[in-house]
Amino acid sequence: MRKMTYGEGIREALRIKMQEDPNVVLLGEDVGPYGGTFGVTKGLWEEFGEQRVRDTPISEGIIVGASVGAAATGLRPVPELMFMDFLTFGMDGLVNQAAKMRYMFGGKISVPMVLRLPTGGGMNAGAQHSQSLEAWVTHIPGLKVVFPSNAEDAWGLMLTAIEDDNPVCYLESKALYSRKSEVPDHVAPIPFGLAKVKREGSDVSIITYGKQVHDALTAAEQLAQEGIEAEVIDLRSLYPLDKEAIRATVAKTHRAVVVTEEVKRGGYGGELSAMISEELFDELDAPVVRIGALNTPVPYATNLEAAVLPNVADIVNGIKGMGLKK
Amino acid sequence: MSGKALSIPKELVLEMYKKMQRIRKFEETAATFFAEGKIPGFVHLYIGEEAVAVGACANLRDDDFITSTHRGHGHIVAKGGNLKLMMAELFGKESGYCKGKGGSMHIADAELGILGANGIVGAGHNIAVGAGWSAQYRGTDQVSVCFFGDASTNISSFHEAMNLASVWKLPVIFVCENNLYGISVSQERHQAIKDISLRAAGYGIPSLTADGNDVFAVYEHVNTAIERARAGGGPSLLEFKTYRHRGHFEGDTAAYRPEEEVEEWLKKDPIPRLERYMLDKKIADEKRISEICSEVEAEIREALDFASGSQVPEIGTSVLNIYSDLVEEARVR
Repeated sequence: MRKMTYGEGIREALRIKMQEDPNVVLLGEDVGPYGGTFGVTKGLWEEFGEQRVRDTPISEGIIVGASVGAAATGLRPVPELMFMDFLTFGMDGLVNQAAKMRYMFGGKISVPMVLRLPTGGGMNAGAQHSQSLEAWVTHIPGLKVVFPSNAEDAWGLMLTAIEDDNPVCYLESKALYSRKSEVPDHVAPIPFGLAKVKREGSDVSIITYGKQVHDALTAAEQLAQEGIEAEVIDLRSLYPLDKEAIRATVAKTHRAVVVTEEVKRGGYGGELSAMISEELFDELDAPVVRIGALNTPVPYATNLEAAVLPNVADIVNGIKGMGLKK
Repeated sequence: MSGKALSIPKELVLEMYKKMQRIRKFEETAATFFAEGKIPGFVHLYIGEEAVAVGACANLRDDDFITSTHRGHGHIVAKGGNLKLMMAELFGKESGYCKGKGGSMHIADAELGILGANGIVGAGHNIAVGAGWSAQYRGTDQVSVCFFGDASTNISSFHEAMNLASVWKLPVIFVCENNLYGISVSQERHQAIKDISLRAAGYGIPSLTADGNDVFAVYEHVNTAIERARAGGGPSLLEFKTYRHRGHFEGDTAAYRPEEEVEEWLKKDPIPRLERYMLDKKIADEKRISEICSEVEAEIREALDFASGSQVPEIGTSVLNIYSDLVEEARVR
């Protein structure tokens, strides 16, 4: 075992896949000698050269769109958008092209690309650099969506993403890039659609992913002081979704809390909540609780941003409001 | 017709003529069945613009790439697309190119490098650049030809694609079919320039404007651009002025176009124009021309028989081919 950061976990997976397969290429804004705005691709340009780690113009439409064309003709591109917020300019390539081509062409064209999407707030980056937009991509048939919470998962999910023959949205939490965690000497690819129980508990299930996994674990420790045992499920993969893991935990605790950083309105948390209510109603002793950001743009000032985004106290209070008698 | 036409071998002239007829007769047939309600959805016809697709694709190998548009039948036929599979797709049959999941606007053939007709105006630019990048990266001399209309040059994707193709020196030939209208809006109302080739200057890309109803002019200009691209010389923008004889889609009466303008362009129809040339230069006589037309008509009949003899897709196939591996739950009826 060794410790490495979340960003390093992503980079190691990229390095391994690039060593294995010459068709794996990286592209994006400042991914070359600069090493990526968040340092994820540092050293790869030096190791693999200009042709495989390509700086692009600031031109998100073509970063995504050219990746689609390259993927459809034999490459396995891994484009990086500096911030997921910039996906607005790349949306046609992703939604109308990458996600649709296999289907509308009757299964005859594959688009194996991994779109890296740095996500989330907590950095005073303001309304256009802080959003959690996973609902935009989980909504689209044809896309797979994963969101690791730690270095080992970042590594293992990226290995799988690059091997996948479908377009994969690989969401990365900006707040986690420099967070270190234990990583085994050998990291295996992590199959999509496989959630992980991060903490066992019998009273309530916290179903979450990304940065909120850490907040949920902290909240669970605080609740334990008061005799409430929360189980924490890290989904890791938003689509395909590990419904079995959700069924198992809800059947065990009979209470579900869905925690996401996105604004609550129209979010993926709503989809998770609806799935639990529709499919597991008989298991529930209380309505599903959703915890997310307020329905506002993400503000700049530290205190305002903290007030808008969900935090540990919100999770603790949300669970305490569920009528658990201890 | 272009002065260099004489240097084009006779067999190639005849082949180009046949392809132009193939496109026209395929589409006239599609129009008839659309009017009868047997082909559903939207059908955007290419009639009148055949010289562009045929002149351009006559330079291409099977392993070269093209991206097409919502008005895609012409490009697909010109690149060698299978008429039976096309017709069956238009009829929404399981034997069609896309198993009935695509329709007129979404026909692709990976083996022929046809990266798809496309329902999104402007989307092909980026895909063509990606295919060109892929060819360059893999060290092949394949080229990527991007077909698009005048109106799509106002979309950001055109500019992003031209810029990247230029700065990365990609083997992409941007072929603009300037048919003077973006749906109902005339070019003078949607952009303040007449010659779209001017736009290349901003990207340091060589460009020209030529007669898109002269199949030899198209052939020769695309030939030069492709030679440059295959040799690593980078992209070109070729603008061909042409005209669609029909409305934007079938059902559009195109009342927004002045009658005199339509009449003027009908006189420039590329097919009779090529016929006159072939007769003048004794490349074919009336009999040969009529034989070619009969051959094409037989192909179309065969395609129609194939389409009408095919089944509609099984309901359960609606949840297949979304992913390479995952299968969605089928709706329980």
